[in-house]
Amino acid sequence: MAIEILMPALSPTMEEGTLAKWLVKEGDTVSSGDILAEIETDKATMEFEAVDEGVIGKILIAEGTEGVKVNVAIAVLLEDGEDASAAVASSAPAETATAAPAAAPAASSAAPVAVSVPQSPDWPEGTKMKQMTVREALREGMSEEMRADETVYLMGEEVGEYQGAYKISQGMLDEFGAKRVVDTPITELGFAGIAVGSAMAGLRPIVEFMTFNFALQAMDHIINSAAKTLYMSGGQMGAPIVFRGPNGAAARVGAQHSQDFAAWFMQIPGLKVVMPYSAADAKGLMKTAIRDNNPVIFLENEIMYGKTFEVPDVEDFTIPFGKAKIEREGSDVTIVTFGIGMTYALAAADKLAEDGISAEVINLRSLRPMDTETILASVRKTNRCVTVEEGWPQGSVGGYISGVIMQEAFDYLDAPVITCTGKDVPMPYAANLEKHALLTADEVVEACKKVTYR
Amino acid sequence: MSAKKADAKPNVSAEELMGHYREMLLIRRFEEKAGQLYGMGLIGGFCHLYIGQEAVVVGLEAAAEEGDKRVTSYRDHGHMLACGMDPKGVMAELTGREGGYSRGKGGSMHMFSKEKHFYGGHGIVAAQVPLGAGLAFADKYLDNKRVTFAYFGDGAANQGQVYEAYNMAELWDLPVVFVIENNQYAMGMSVKRSTKSPSLWERGAAYGIPGEEVDGMDVLAVKAAGERAVAHCRSGEGPYILEVKTYRYRGHSMSDPAKYRTREEVQKMKDERDPIEQVRDMLLTGKYASEDDLKAIDKEIKAIVNESAEFAKTSPEPDLSELWTDIYTDA
Ligand SMILES: Cc1ncc(C[n+]2csc(CCOP(=O)(O)OP(=O)(O)O)c2C)c(N)n1
Ligand SMILES: [Mg+2]
Repeated sequence: MAIEILMPALSPTMEEGTLAKWLVKEGDTVSSGDILAEIETDKATMEFEAVDEGVIGKILIAEGTEGVKVNVAIAVLLEDGEDASAAVASSAPAETATAAPAAAPAASSAAPVAVSVPQSPDWPEGTKMKQMTVREALREGMSEEMRADETVYLMGEEVGEYQGAYKISQGMLDEFGAKRVVDTPITELGFAGIAVGSAMAGLRPIVEFMTFNFALQAMDHIINSAAKTLYMSGGQMGAPIVFRGPNGAAARVGAQHSQDFAAWFMQIPGLKVVMPYSAADAKGLMKTAIRDNNPVIFLENEIMYGKTFEVPDVEDFTIPFGKAKIEREGSDVTIVTFGIGMTYALAAADKLAEDGISAEVINLRSLRPMDTETILASVRKTNRCVTVEEGWPQGSVGGYISGVIMQEAFDYLDAPVITCTGKDVPMPYAANLEKHALLTADEVVEACKKVTYR
Repeated sequence: MSAKKADAKPNVSAEELMGHYREMLLIRRFEEKAGQLYGMGLIGGFCHLYIGQEAVVVGLEAAAEEGDKRVTSYRDHGHMLACGMDPKGVMAELTGREGGYSRGKGGSMHMFSKEKHFYGGHGIVAAQVPLGAGLAFADKYLDNKRVTFAYFGDGAANQGQVYEAYNMAELWDLPVVFVIENNQYAMGMSVKRSTKSPSLWERGAAYGIPGEEVDGMDVLAVKAAGERAVAHCRSGEGPYILEVKTYRYRGHSMSDPAKYRTREEVQKMKDERDPIEQVRDMLLTGKYASEDDLKAIDKEIKAIVNESAEFAKTSPEPDLSELWTDIYTDA
């Protein structure tokens, strides 16, 4: 997701300043520490450095401008793979937020505002592809990063000699040895803490939870240690760490082993949270997660491990965080989902098509940061939205999204957003009950029909 | 800290020995049947069999009194049968039917019986250990002279919450027997690969808890150790640790290919240490029973197990309204 570079406060008393000189231009690649601009404060002319890396997408305040208020966006930084149109989209909310309420009421239902949906190609047309399961993609993503960076290591229960409880790390002990593929005793709180400590001291751990149900044991280190250290240390040290493993319902494993924690983790500032759907997502996001200097919660799904997808057969394939993918274009309703929710959404979209309803399906992939721009752009086009997730309804991801839509695109909505979720119950074991506890494609169809008044 | 071990086998009546034989055999045949039903798709999810470990629960239940409590992990079928729960209700829970102990909502890993003082059936490794101490906390609080058996595995023994529970249990003299069922493996991880502690029960010494190691393939040795532990707890002296050395013959769960040990290792255990065979030998060589007597028991057990399987297949699925019940109780 594009990052806005804000006018910095470069002295304790500075409220505004002059943007004296840009030292970069649009299209320049910058990395953290590069000097971006000279800024005159009330006291002196200061050099202003980049903290993030990326490409300068757009300069919003021209050099020589006086009286630029602190925290006003002065430029937009694009992350890997984004193009400049994202910069415009991303700088748009300020305009639409003020412009829409006046313009929209009349326009919204009658003539949908033409908003071009930003394409999100993860690879250029004509890229050579290979078939791969999600499991293989995860493994390949981890292995490539471990080959590239000696400080990356994998730790968890049964990841080594057993070859992984779900065989994600199969063969990795052989390739990387016991120093870098570390079998732990059953001690989630302990090894999560050890991994975070090692990250603070310069390593880049990948912590596998056999399933995320067991991450509950380690919650304190994930949230109180990993997510907050950067902030508490004033930026001196953080925890570049990936916590990964299967999340959500498997099959018939009952209440303590079937739960989706996406909404839980998504709430925490300091964590990044991603959930891949396809093998390409899995590989591309995994590599980005390992390279990220922040703690990343990487939510996999046991049911998806064996599914096969196409993955670009290229040297170094990554997918940036904060970038949703429009998996299917449509005009009547926007279905926003992520992870295994995609399977329900795509099945529903097929069924809806038979009834002449065209659904646009957005695969979020990354929940924090979340690409709300893509959601909003789509909703401004379709005027209707259904969210789909496996987790529980109260405090859900969909609930958050519908809040964002209400705040940012209320006047574009022709129907209230419907959030499709798992049932508000612990997961039962009995086959018939479990089936009813889980989300179904039919429920998504029904919701889409409701918002389209069919 | 170790309590003295009994040096000779205690005298035992024919009736008692036959009882142990019958109960261990019930667990074995029940588990074999469960494995079969799993293969037929009638049982789903995780299913952890207790085959090989039967002497542990049968021996300890023989040391328990009416009203004593027990709590364990997901490997719980044996514990439920040994404390007198109905095989039909257990099997029907495995198949997720209305006739199951949790009316199909818990499954293999999560069953409970208030009547039999069985407090589950827990899927999170070691969570049952502080819960067990908590059951004992309530017993002490209510001054009802009950003892709790908190069972957990060698793998679970590495979880931090075990030691938090140990410390408080001893600090507050809680009447709980911590039973470490050391079957040598936690999924694929052998004890040797998970700790450098030479013994698990001795870790209790750091908190002042006495304990001992027990031959878990010998039901009489388990019972004798259980009696020492229970006497200690019931007299108000606080917790006690039993590290029961045992062995599981099957994989960790139904889907474990068990490549981490050799077939010979398993076979050797079966041939030389089998808890049921040991008692069978004792019964025959001590002339407590004839081959025919034992055959009659085998037949009787087979009938009970078949009946439970039949019940588990024919009991209806829970009503869909069950999805929404038991989330809360009346305020
Ligand atoms: C907190 C937690 N971590 C991991 C697991 C996955 N898991 C289930 S059983 C098991 C092995 C436990 O071994 P042990 O305690 O020796 O008991 P056993 O299975 O041998 O009876 C593991 C790792 C879990 N259920 N809970
Ligand atoms: Mg074990």
